[in-house]
Amino acid sequence: MITISLILIGLSAVLTVFRLIKGPSLFDRLVASDTLSVIGMAFLVVLAEIVQTTSYMDVALVYGIVGFLGTVTIARFFMRVSK
Amino acid sequence: MTVVGEILMLIGGIFLFLGSLGLVRMPDVYNRLQTGTKASTLGAMSIGLSAMFLLPGAVGKAVLLVVFIVLANPIASNTIGRSAYLSGIRLSEKSVSDAWGVQASSEAEMVEGAADDATSTGAAPEATDKKGA
Repeated sequence: MITISLILIGLSAVLTVFRLIKGPSLFDRLVASDTLSVIGMAFLVVLAEIVQTTSYMDVALVYGIVGFLGTVTIARFFMRVSK
Repeated sequence: MTVVGEILMLIGGIFLFLGSLGLVRMPDVYNRLQTGTKASTLGAMSIGLSAMFLLPGAVGKAVLLVVFIVLANPIASNTIGRSAYLSGIRLSEKSVSDAWGVQASSEAEMVEGAADDATSTGAAPEATDKKGA
């Protein structure tokens, strides 16, 4: 089960990186970056369950917080309302 | 207990994969936002819940992680969608309706008339039917 879940997480990271490279506009890349941070957080939780170490949960939480703040900051920064 | 945790982890992996597949397949920023955030929220939430069963002693951290994911992911997707819409990213041609309706009006009054357009086009949704079919 854990192996299948890790394979699925890796495939989803590859697909998200494909969108991150290919995306036509900046917001496509921003959506891909946000999804990639969520995937990384999920991978850290799975890693904590594999090695049975609680500290990786803290790493996952801090990673999620930093990814969320970065996404919101970039999205607010590139909002051009006047054309 | 272990079986429940592994099933939750498998569900989380499946939903993360489906979300990323939709991120590649969808035609639009807003549709990609839909799949890339909702399915990833469910997947990451399910994996965080599986840590509650598979990792003894981390129940509090798992609950904190799940609550953070539930709170933070819709805020991030809302900010991205709002920013993309106000920046003038067009909807795809297959979109049926544009409920906000700011892009149909002139782009100069994009900020000032946002709330008024939202209320007026909400009352008459057939006016924003871009597909016409």
